Amino acid sequence: MSLLKHPGTATAPPGAATAEGGAHPRRRRTALLTAGLTAALLCTALLSAGVGAYDIPLGDVLGSVLHHLGLGGAELDRVGESVLWDVRLPRVALALLVGASLGCAGALMQGVFGNPLAEPGVIGISMGSAVGAVASIALGMSFLGNWTITVCAFVAGLVTVLLVYALSRSGGRAEVVTLILTGIAMNAFAGALVGLGVFLADNAQVTQITFWQLGSLAQATWPKVLAVLPCALLGLAAAPLYGRKLDLLALGERPARHLGVDVERLRLTLVLVVALLTAAAVAVSGVITFVGLLVPHVLRMAAGPGHRFLVPGSALGGALVLVAADLAARTAAQPAELPLGVLTALLGSPFFFVLLRRTRRRQGGWA
Amino acid sequence: MSPRFRTPFEALFPARARRLPAPPVLGAVAAEARALRVRLAGRTVLSEVDLAVAAGEVLALVGPNGSGKSTLLAALAGDLPAESGEVRVDGRPAGAWTAAELALRRAVLPQSAELSFPFAVEEVVRMGRAPWAGTAVAEDDDRAVRAAMAAAEVAGFAGRSFAALSGGERARVALARVLAQRAALLLLDEPTAALDLRHQELVLRVCRERAAAGDAVVVVLHDLGLAGAYADRVAVLHEGRIAAEGPPGRVFDPELLSRVYSQPVEVIDHPRTGEPLVIPRR
Repeated sequence: MSLLKHPGTATAPPGAATAEGGAHPRRRRTALLTAGLTAALLCTALLSAGVGAYDIPLGDVLGSVLHHLGLGGAELDRVGESVLWDVRLPRVALALLVGASLGCAGALMQGVFGNPLAEPGVIGISMGSAVGAVASIALGMSFLGNWTITVCAFVAGLVTVLLVYALSRSGGRAEVVTLILTGIAMNAFAGALVGLGVFLADNAQVTQITFWQLGSLAQATWPKVLAVLPCALLGLAAAPLYGRKLDLLALGERPARHLGVDVERLRLTLVLVVALLTAAAVAVSGVITFVGLLVPHVLRMAAGPGHRFLVPGSALGGALVLVAADLAARTAAQPAELPLGVLTALLGSPFFFVLLRRTRRRQGGWA
Repeated sequence: MSPRFRTPFEALFPARARRLPAPPVLGAVAAEARALRVRLAGRTVLSEVDLAVAAGEVLALVGPNGSGKSTLLAALAGDLPAESGEVRVDGRPAGAWTAAELALRRAVLPQSAELSFPFAVEEVVRMGRAPWAGTAVAEDDDRAVRAAMAAAEVAGFAGRSFAALSGGERARVALARVLAQRAALLLLDEPTAALDLRHQELVLRVCRERAAAGDAVVVVLHDLGLAGAYADRVAVLHEGRIAAEGPPGRVFDPELLSRVYSQPVEVIDHPRTGEPLVIPRR
C-alpha cells in the first residue's frame, strides 16, 4: 500500500485521505515555504534599509546596492550614502546574521534535546553567554582586541550549554519539567553573575552591560558584522548537514544508535555548533529571546518536524523575524528606539503561550 | 537519493569505509554471547551466558521480570559493554563494528516506542532505511518501506502523526521501522506487549516469515504460549543465567518453569496441534 508515494495510481482507503502529513505534500509545502520566506526576507531587508528617520526610497536603495556591486544603478547623495552604508545596512546585515543564528540554534537545540521547549534563551544559554560578555566588559579585558567579547561570550556559552546538557538529560531525552527547572536555575545563576558584573563596573561599563541584557542592534557597525560573520557562517553551514541524523535522534538515543548514528559524536558536534551560533549572536546583540523558540515551532506546525527543512528553514525564518522586529523596534516609537530583546519577548511570549496550548492539545502532551 | 554530504567533522576524521554485510547463510551463527557477564549499576545482571542464534531460526527469550531478558537482548545488540566474556555479531566482536556497520547487520525493536516530534507514520518507518543511505541498496528504500508497512498492517494510517496513534498502533509502526531496516539479525524486545490477540499472532508470524527468509530472530516474550507455538528454540532466563535452552517441547518442563517463575504451572499438549501449553496451577 503506498497511496502517498503514488497518489494517482492507488485508491485511498477512507481515513487515510485526510492525512495531513506524508512525504509528498510536505515536500511541496517546504519548497513553497522556502521560496516564500526568502522573498519575504529580501523585501523586509530592503524595506528596513530604506525606512527610518531619514527615508530613502526603495528604488534608491536598490540603485545604490547595485552600484556598489558594480552592476549599474546610481550613487546617492553624501548623506544618503552615509545613512545607508554606515548605519542601515550594517544593522540589517547584523539582524540577518543574528536572527539566522538564533533560529537555527533553536531548531538544533530542540532536536538535540528531543524537546520542543529547548531554546538558548529559555534554558539559560543566552544569559550564560552574556555572563562571559559582561565579565569581559566589567573586568576591562581586551586580550584579544575586537574579538575579546565574542570569545568570552563563546566560551561562557559553551560551558553553559554543556552544563545545561549534563543537568537536564536522562535516558536520552530532556523532560519538560527538568528542562524548565534547569533553565530557571541557569538564568538565576547567570543573572546573579551579571549583577556582580554590574556591581564591579563603572558607569560607562554599566551602560554597556545594560545593553546586553536588553538586547539591541543599535550599535551595529561593519566590524561587528565581520566579528560575528565567521562564527555564524560556520555554524549555519554545518547545521543543515545533520538534519537526517537529528530526525533519527527523535526516536531516542538507543534507537538512533541502532540506526547507525554515532550519538555521542553527533551530540558533541551539535552542542558546539549551538554554542557557536548562540554566542556569536549574543556577543553582538545581547540577549534576544524567543526567536529560537518561536521560529522552529511555527515552521514545525507548517511543514512537519523533519529537520532537513526545519534547520535551514529556521535560519531563514529567524533572519526574517529579526529583521522585521528590528525594523519595528526602530520605527514603532520614533524618535525613541525600543530595545529589540524587549520587543521580541513582549511579542513572543504571548504568542508562545497560544502555541503551547494548541500544540499540547493536539499532540496530547509533551513527553 | 541525493549524494550524501560530508560534515566538516567527518571531513576531518573520515569514517572507515563501511563494510556491507554478506547475504546470510542458513544456519550460520548471526550473533552469540560467550561466557557473557554484564554489570549494571553495580549489580550483576547477567552471568555465564552462552547463547547463539543462527540465521533462519526464531529464538525466544523468556523468564520472569528482572531475569535479564532485555539486558541480554541489549547486549546482543551491542548496546552494553561486557564485564567479561564477549558478544559477537556477524562473526566479529560487537565492539569492533562501527555504529553504522552494526546498523546494517542488526535491527532492534525497543520495549517502548517513543518519538520526540510528531513525525508522520511513513516518515518513521522510512527512518529504518537510514543505515543504507549512500549504498546501492538505498534504491530499494521505497519498496522496503512499503513492504514493512504492509507486513505490520500500518499502511492504512501511513499519513497520520505518530503522536496521534494508540499504544498498539505505535508498537506496530515501530515494528515496521525495524522491518524496513532489513537487517539479517532482528532483536525484538516484547513486541507483543501492547498488542491485541490478532496482532500478537501477526507479529510472531512476521518473525517466522523473516526466519524463513534467512534472518535470525531473537524475541523477548512473556507469553509462553506464543513462544511455544512460534519459536524454534526457547531460552529460559532465571536470575541472570540461562536455566534451560532448547526446543519448546523440551524446555517447557513443569518443574523447571514452576521453579523459575515461583508459580506452580502445568504443561499440557494441545489436543490438536500437540504444541506445549503452559497453564498456571490455580
